[in-house]
Parts: sequence; C-alpha cells; structure tokens
Amino acid sequence: MNMHAAPVAAGETLLSVEDVTLSFGGVKAIRGVSFDIRKGEIRAIIGPNGAGKTSMLNVINGFYHPQGGVITYKGAPRSRMKPHDAAATGIARTFQNVALFKGMTTLDNIMSGRTLQMKTNFFWQLIRGGPALREEVEHRKRVEDIIDFLEIEAIRKTPVGRLPYGLQKRVELGRALAMEPELLLLDEPMAGMNLEEKEDMCRYILDVREEFGTTIALIEHDMGVVMDISDRVVVLNYGEKIADGTPETVQADQDVIDAYLGVPH
Amino acid sequence: MTAASPAAQNQAKGDTFPKLLLDNAATRPDRPAMREKDLGIWRTWTWAEVKDEVMRFALGLEQLGLKEGETVAIIGGNKPRLYWTFMAAQSLGAIPVPVYADAIAEELAFVLDNADCAFAVCQDQEQVDKVLGEQEKLPKLRVAIYDEQRGLRDYDHTHLHAFTTVQEMGAALTHEGPDAAKRWEDKIAAGSPDAPSTILYTSGTTGQSKGVILRAGRAVQAARDTAAFDHLSDADEVLAYLPLAWVGDHYLNYAQGLVCGFCMACPEGSDTVPHDLREIGPTFYFAPPRVFEGLLTNVTIRMEDAGAIKRWLFKKYMAVAKEHGEAILDGKPVGSGARLSYWLGERLIYGPVKNVLGFSRIRVAYTAGEAIGPDLFSFFRSLGINLKQLYGQTEAFLYVTAQKDGEVRPDTVGPAMPGVDLKIADNGEVLFKSPGMFVEYHKAPEKTAEALTEDGYIKTGDAGIFEADGQLKIIDRAKDVGKLEDGRLFAPKYLENKLKFFPEIREAVTYGHDRPFVAAMLNIDLAAVGNWAERNNIAYASYQELAQHPRVAEIIRESVAATNKALADEPMMAGMQIKRFLVLHKELDADDGELTRTQKVRRSFVADRYAPLIDALYGGAEDCFVRTEVTFEDGRRGFIEATVKVHDAETAPVPAMAEAAE
Repeated sequence: MNMHAAPVAAGETLLSVEDVTLSFGGVKAIRGVSFDIRKGEIRAIIGPNGAGKTSMLNVINGFYHPQGGVITYKGAPRSRMKPHDAAATGIARTFQNVALFKGMTTLDNIMSGRTLQMKTNFFWQLIRGGPALREEVEHRKRVEDIIDFLEIEAIRKTPVGRLPYGLQKRVELGRALAMEPELLLLDEPMAGMNLEEKEDMCRYILDVREEFGTTIALIEHDMGVVMDISDRVVVLNYGEKIADGTPETVQADQDVIDAYLGVPH
Repeated sequence: MTAASPAAQNQAKGDTFPKLLLDNAATRPDRPAMREKDLGIWRTWTWAEVKDEVMRFALGLEQLGLKEGETVAIIGGNKPRLYWTFMAAQSLGAIPVPVYADAIAEELAFVLDNADCAFAVCQDQEQVDKVLGEQEKLPKLRVAIYDEQRGLRDYDHTHLHAFTTVQEMGAALTHEGPDAAKRWEDKIAAGSPDAPSTILYTSGTTGQSKGVILRAGRAVQAARDTAAFDHLSDADEVLAYLPLAWVGDHYLNYAQGLVCGFCMACPEGSDTVPHDLREIGPTFYFAPPRVFEGLLTNVTIRMEDAGAIKRWLFKKYMAVAKEHGEAILDGKPVGSGARLSYWLGERLIYGPVKNVLGFSRIRVAYTAGEAIGPDLFSFFRSLGINLKQLYGQTEAFLYVTAQKDGEVRPDTVGPAMPGVDLKIADNGEVLFKSPGMFVEYHKAPEKTAEALTEDGYIKTGDAGIFEADGQLKIIDRAKDVGKLEDGRLFAPKYLENKLKFFPEIREAVTYGHDRPFVAAMLNIDLAAVGNWAERNNIAYASYQELAQHPRVAEIIRESVAATNKALADEPMMAGMQIKRFLVLHKELDADDGELTRTQKVRRSFVADRYAPLIDALYGGAEDCFVRTEVTFEDGRRGFIEATVKVHDAETAPVPAMAEAAE
C-alpha cells in the first residue's frame, strides 16, 4: 500500500488497563486483561468473533463497568464513569453499526460532536444572538475544517440516511473528531467497505494522528489494514489476552495463528 | 471581424499571458479575478491580488533555480494556486506542462520525462506520491512543490517545498525594496510572443499522447478572436471545472479569462461542481455532451418523483418550450399567444429548472467533443439557454468552427471561425489553418510532419462534409470509416452516437469493417437503468448483475431496433443496421485503457481485449464466458468473470426505392 512507515510512538502511557474482568451473569466477556495505550500511537485490538473486543472498548469508554481491575487514564485511576464523563475527558468513539442521526445533515451530525464545547446559555442560543452566534461561527469553522479534512464537501447538506455506508462511516469519524479527542476509539472503521474506501479510511486514520496528534485505538478484522497502520497490536481470544506487541511479532505468534485458524485435535 | 466591438476594445493589452495579467492588474485592479470555495465559503481575489500572489510565487521559483525555457509540470485539479503556477512559470519564460490529475503514475512519468520537467507543482499528497514514486525515471526533475500540506509533514523536504514557503521566499525579496518587483515586471515586458507558452498533452485517442507546443502570441490572438465573437467582457464569470490539463479549460477559462479580465471560479472539489455551479451562476459555460445528458437524466428522474401538479405543469410547459423555445431564442417571429405561454412557462418551469442547474445567468454555452443528441440539444435550447456547438482541437488551440448566435443546428458544428482557413481533402478529411495553431509536437518531428499537409494545413483526422449554408458536419474519424464485406458504408461513430442518444445506453462500441454485418457491444447507464429497475422492483447488487438481467436486455433490444429503424430511412446508412449485440459485463474504464482520459472509446483496443466476445457475436453463440483483468484506482489488478449473453437484434426492412417500386 501507499502508506509511508508510521513513526513508532515512544510516548508516555495515556491509558492502561490492568487485570480487567467483565462478566454478564455467568458469561465472562473479559478475563483479567491488561494492556496499555501510549500517547500518539495507533493501537489495534484484534481477535476472532466473540473475543471481547467491543466489550473492551465499551469498558474504556465507560459504557460497561468492569467487575474487577483498574483503568488508569492520564495517570489517574478511573472510578465508575459514565460515557459522557469519558467524552468530557477527551475520549471519542465510533460504532460498529453506524450510530448517526439519520434525518440530520452531515453538517449537523458533525456539529453535534461540538455540543460539549458549547458554553453559551440557553437564552442566547434560543435567540441565536450575541455570544451564541459568535460561538456558532467558531464551531462551524472547526466543523468545516473536518469536512475539508475528510473530503466530504459534496455531502455537507445531505441527510446522512441517504448516504452510502462508506460515507456514513466517514461522517461518524467526523463527528468523533469534532470532539477534539485525545483518545479516539474506532470500532471496525473498515467494516463493509470496498478496497478503495478502506484505503481512504486508512489514510484518514494516519492523517488524523499526524494532523491532530490523536491517539487511536481500533478494532479491525482486516488484517492487511491492521498490519499496515498500527504500531502495536493486542490480541484477545475468549476474553483473554493471548498476545501483545508489534504487528510483526503478533503475526508470527503461534497462539494467534491457532486462535484464528483453529488447532488440530 | 468584430475587432471594433466595445467588448474587443476592453480586452487586456499584451501578446503574452503574463503581460495580460499585468494589464488586468493595472486597468481593473479591484475587479474579481478568481474565486475559490474553501471551508464552505467563497473567497475572492482581485486582479491586483492575483498579480501579487503570482509575483511572490514566481520570485520564489526563481530563487529555487527555475530558468527560462525550462518546463514545469502542474498536476492537480482546478485550484487557484495551480492557475497562478501557470502565470508564474510563464512570467519567468518557463513553460507550464499541465498533467491530468487522474493520470496513473506511469502516464504521469511519461509526460514529465517527455517534457523534461525540472519542477513539478502538485495539488496534494496523492500527486506528490505519484511523482516521488516515479523519481528514478525522472533524472531531470529537481524540485517538487505542493499546495495542500496534509499528510506531507513527515516527508523529506530537501527538494520538496510547500507552495506557501516558496511564496514566502519571494515575499522576502519584495520586502527588501521595489527592485525585485520591478525586475519581475521588466522580465515580463521583455517576454516574446514567439516563445512557447504551454505544452498541452493530447489525450491519446490514437495511442501515446503527444505534447502540443503552443506559442504565446498565437494563443493570445486566438483567445481574442473568440472572445470578440461571443462578446465576452470582464462582466462575465465562469466556473473552471474541466480538467486543468485539457485544452478546453486552458483556453476557455485561462486564456479567455486573461484576455477579457473576467472572473474564474474554482469549485470546492470535483464532486461539488453541481452545487458550486448553482452558487456562482456562470455566464459562459462549456460542457461535453455527456454532462448535459447527465443533467437531463437528473431533471427527468426528479420530475418523475415530483407531485402530480408539478408533473402536469412540467409536461405542459415543456411542450410549449419544445414548440416555440428555440424560435424565441433565435429571435424568429413567434405569435403573441405563444410568447405569452412561453413567458408563463419561464416563470413557472424554465426559470426554476435553470436556477436549480445553475444556468440562470448563461449568455453563451458551448458543447463539443462528441455528437450531441438532437432531443438533448433542443431541450436545453428550448429553455432559453444559448447552447451552441463548436469544433476544435488541441493543435488549433481549440476553435476551428463555432456556431453563430441564431444559426444553430444539432447535427453541425458551425462555419469556420474568423481567421480560420478550412477545407476538406479529397478523402473527406477536414483540414485547417488557424490563428492559434500549434508550432510542433514536442520532440516528435516525424509526428509533426504527419499531422501537417505539404502546404501547412493541419489534418484533423475527422471526416466531414460542408452543408449548403457553409456549416461543417463531422461524420466520423477519417480512418474509422470502413466498409462491410459487401462494400456498404460503415461509419462506427455515427452509429454509436445514435445508440448513445438512448438514455439507457451509456457507451456503445460497434464493429463491421470487413465483416458480414454490424455487431455492437453496449454499456448500460447505471443511473438511468438503475432508476428504472427500482421502479420495476428489480433487485440487483452490481453493474454486472443488472447488465445481464433479461428484462434489461429487453429494453436494450427495443433501443437497438429503433436505431435500426432510423438507419433504414437513410439510404447511405441502411447497410449499417445492427444484427447482433451484447451488454458488456463491466463499464468501460479509462483505468483499464478502454477509454481515453477524455472518455472516448478506444475501439481497436476494446476489440483485442474482448476478442472472445467478438467471436461470439459473429460466430452465432448464445452466450460467452469471459475473464477480464481490471485495474483498481490504486493501480492494483484483479479479475472479473462473467457469462455474457449475446442477443439477435430486430432489423428494419429498407424502404423500397422509388424506381424499384415501379
């Protein structure tokens, strides 16, 4: 592929997960998993279906509360937090099944990602005057930067429900970027895309890191993509971590190969 | 000639493009020269500002070592900075060489190598990557410059510079004192009209593309003539959306813009053009027939989805427009009742339709490049849009013939332009000499010799005839006109155009030379047929699946039968009726070499590539399995496999000749 080699991030730890356990009734989704995400890196979480990848993302994002283990974010251990707290501390995410406001335009959807940054009170927003107007112009500028960045000018005013899936994924990424996150969680950003759309998405992910310095954790099934763009990969299987390291080491790991291809009995 | 018209008197003075820039900056400094939509907002530069931007960039280029006579590749879309690069390079006596933005790396390398480019100015990372990837093939390339920085931050910047950095280098000189600016202007004043001004590479319909060297003085003169012909002035406005490397964009927007001092607007991106068109509302517009076709398809589809009252109004007033619209446009006498209906139609239908398409302000619009369907042509003209046809070539620096206001027909391309010497050779080929005609092909004297007759006329390669009123009619490529086995005429293009006038047929390739009968390979139009499929509850997953659907074959069969019927009425063409046809399993694509970059079919290439299908067409088989290699946009290759059905077409009996009936 046409990508230049990503500089391996040697940043400090942004988020670490230690010995995290999550169960739903009797089902153990995650069993004692530990790993870390360093500042400025692209960290992939891979594994076969049902390995606990999305659950892991939901834990990081505050949507699920683990029964055991510690999550440290920006140096401070995190207690029970809600997804909106996670958002306020700079964690944004996209979803496996696109979760946009279908009836709203691309512009409005991305603008909704700015909600947390809006400071003016209800009154000013109601009459759309004074500080609210100034603020809206400022936010619109940021949103336009993102539209330019993702090259979606042509669909600026199109309701997202009418867009093809690949573009919806891109709009969703735009909304996450509008939050100006420090940590961006992407749940299968390439799912259901054709080769060209995948390449575009790879380029956007690399560019997001380069332009905004965002740390990215992503779940992905396309191994070509994972090996190409990520700095480090953690592999889960049946809720357990079976490997962790650079794409090359993970690729050569026997446990990983067994997990994906099965073991002869 | 109209040299004394007020419009012509207001043209900028000078015989090179940089001289025109200086004159525009002096005589109309505050008039808008360029616009670009960026971050959702239209930004405007006046002529004085453009001059300043160009000067800073030119001085920067000079410091990077760009010398007179060297060539500068320009690769990208319609961006103000790339247009400034043309002006900056020309101001230094260097020669800009635009390259198609969607050219694959090999094509790009061919042009850069053939033109000995020392500098390459790229729009973005995509283009920079292509240039850097082919670097070892380009030993003469010294400097690469990019407009948009995104993704390029970590690249080695020894020989790579940002456009803004180069401008800052120039600005540093102008801040020291007025000397640098003075020196730059003196250099422009000393520029010779006999020096090469641009090298434009032909699209390569007939193999490897050739670099057409145009001379500054001739190019400016050609633009002056046509601008006067259509009374263009600095009050006009255009949207520059055609490929930067194509003669059409360079001529209609860049050359005419500099001559007249009108404003050129650059769209936000290639896919936002319809929106941008509506916002700008150009007064002068050019589009190839297929764009008009797309617009009409869109209007039709949207009207089908509209409410009953709107549909009724549309139908009623389009009938009025069809009957009287063109006559009113051409200033012919029309009854007052009809005029009243048309006036109402303008308020209710035509005006809003034109507004949606961005055509409200159009004074002059042209189409060229392919034959345009008579119904399609009339549709736009009947709305009151002054759409005309021209015939031109890169070698002519565009215009050879163009239709005058009020003397417009769909099947001709107009009489010779002022100053153009036009004639038809004994073999039917169109020959001409024109004010803007090229000097030579770059580094290909044998090709230059081939393109010219002994007495200096350019051979167009097109077969044509003059109509009684002096308008030229183009039939086909001269070399493509062939004969069936029984000696009857076979003009493939003529036939293909007739087929393509049906909205559901996007592309047609016909064969018949030295064959017993005519056979056709067709591409369906995914938008039109897709919409039809939706309305008829036909599910499909891909082009391939829809193309082979039996009910699609039925519609296509009807279109082919109608074409045959029309041919039967023309004595010369009756032998060209299509006996067998098939719908191709993939869309013909320039990336696979099946079309040129200007979307023209390469017939013999397609014949070689689909040899098994040709055998099936002539061998009588009912279907045929094919495996085709395809190139994706990133240059990777893959295969498409399909079983293509071959159909028999219904032919029409040729009406008996009068004498035979007696």
